[in-house]
Amino acid sequence: MSLDPRINRLDLKRVNDGEQTASHLVTWEVFHQEKRGKQPVHAGIVHASTPEQALMFAKEQFARRGKTANLWVVKTADVYTFNSEDEAIFETTPEKTFRDPAFYKVRERIEAFQAKNKL
Amino acid sequence: MYGNTSLTAEEAKVMNAAVEDPEKLAVFEARITRGEKIEPGDWMPEQYRKQLIRMIEQHAHSEIVGALPEGTWITRAPNFRRKLALIAKVQDEIGHGQLLYSAAETLGKTREQMLMDLLSGKSKYSNVFNYPAKTWADIAVIGFLVDGAAIVNQVINSKGSYGPYCRALERICYEESFHLKQGHDNFVYLATGTKVQREMLQEALNRWYRPLLHFFGPSDRDSQHSEKLMKWKVKLASNDDMRNQFLDQYVPKIYELGLTLPDPELRRGDDGIWVFGDPDWDEFKRVINGDGPCNAERLEVRRYAELAHRWVREALINPKERYVTPMA
Repeated sequence: MSLDPRINRLDLKRVNDGEQTASHLVTWEVFHQEKRGKQPVHAGIVHASTPEQALMFAKEQFARRGKTANLWVVKTADVYTFNSEDEAIFETTPEKTFRDPAFYKVRERIEAFQAKNKL
Repeated sequence: MYGNTSLTAEEAKVMNAAVEDPEKLAVFEARITRGEKIEPGDWMPEQYRKQLIRMIEQHAHSEIVGALPEGTWITRAPNFRRKLALIAKVQDEIGHGQLLYSAAETLGKTREQMLMDLLSGKSKYSNVFNYPAKTWADIAVIGFLVDGAAIVNQVINSKGSYGPYCRALERICYEESFHLKQGHDNFVYLATGTKVQREMLQEALNRWYRPLLHFFGPSDRDSQHSEKLMKWKVKLASNDDMRNQFLDQYVPKIYELGLTLPDPELRRGDDGIWVFGDPDWDEFKRVINGDGPCNAERLEVRRYAELAHRWVREALINPKERYVTPMA
């Protein structure tokens, strides 16, 4: 006698056993927004065939505890990215210090000017 | 352990003989040495991909099958608070399975294929779930000690090299800590309860002691493991090291309640290494190869779920959709 009550319901006809459906549920990328006004952050994926289903599964999977203001789902196939092997295209970004506020330092120049002109 | 990395002699041979593009391999290994994570689109050795799929898939199956012995106790939980906690835990375990299937899926094997391989017996799951939960005290022991052992394993694995697996594990470990705390709470209540409750707990503990020693896999002396898997940070600690860490953390928590373990040889050596009696590795092998008390039952329940709910999944599939491997 099994301890699992489900075992006692195993009276299904096993005609199609081993067969499987060839197609898959597509995946959706889930973005979780913790609070109103905060950035939605990528949380993971769910499998579903419609956006409504995806939201339902996302709620179960990524909003079980803690705070949630909203969830976004986007079909994985609709997300475009660079090829990860092309990472080199971002290489010069750290060299662009002229884009940083900290790059612009004028205090020394002002002080030198003041000393020279006795201001 | 959940995601097993022990190899047979034959598998280890194939693994060590695999030839890879030396230039790409050098770049790949240098990245891992620097502590960088490998992401799905990156180049990786075939053996790395293969072993990760195997390990993450086994881990996922363990979460799903692991919910079965506990699931049967939801209707028989002793009170409402325990029932709420158990439902939440079982839901988490299934959620962990889904997170892990997703992580494995980024390596190119679909979730459906993994589920089918579980049913056909091609893929394994943790041996510990081939034992029955006979009483409510078994649920306390599972929640406290099986989850405790799983956390030891998972915290170590979360320091690995594959990004999607590490991210899934971080989330899982956070939720597992709730499982452990509620398991400990349950365990302590029975241990400090009536004489009947204490006896029931002691009996459950006696039943689970051996499966818990088996949890981390065979002794390092008897297990094939590949230097490559260590170097690639797929495996991060040896079976014996993890087992020792578990005993170190949990045996004192059993003894402090005046409970015992059914092993007269069990003691902590002066060097910090735990010594224990022969845990019967032949039994471990028998159970892993399908001859445990619950192997057939667990798979039957999964087959039942697959057959009874197939129409739901078929109804959900939209034939116009195109499947794409997820990216993160």
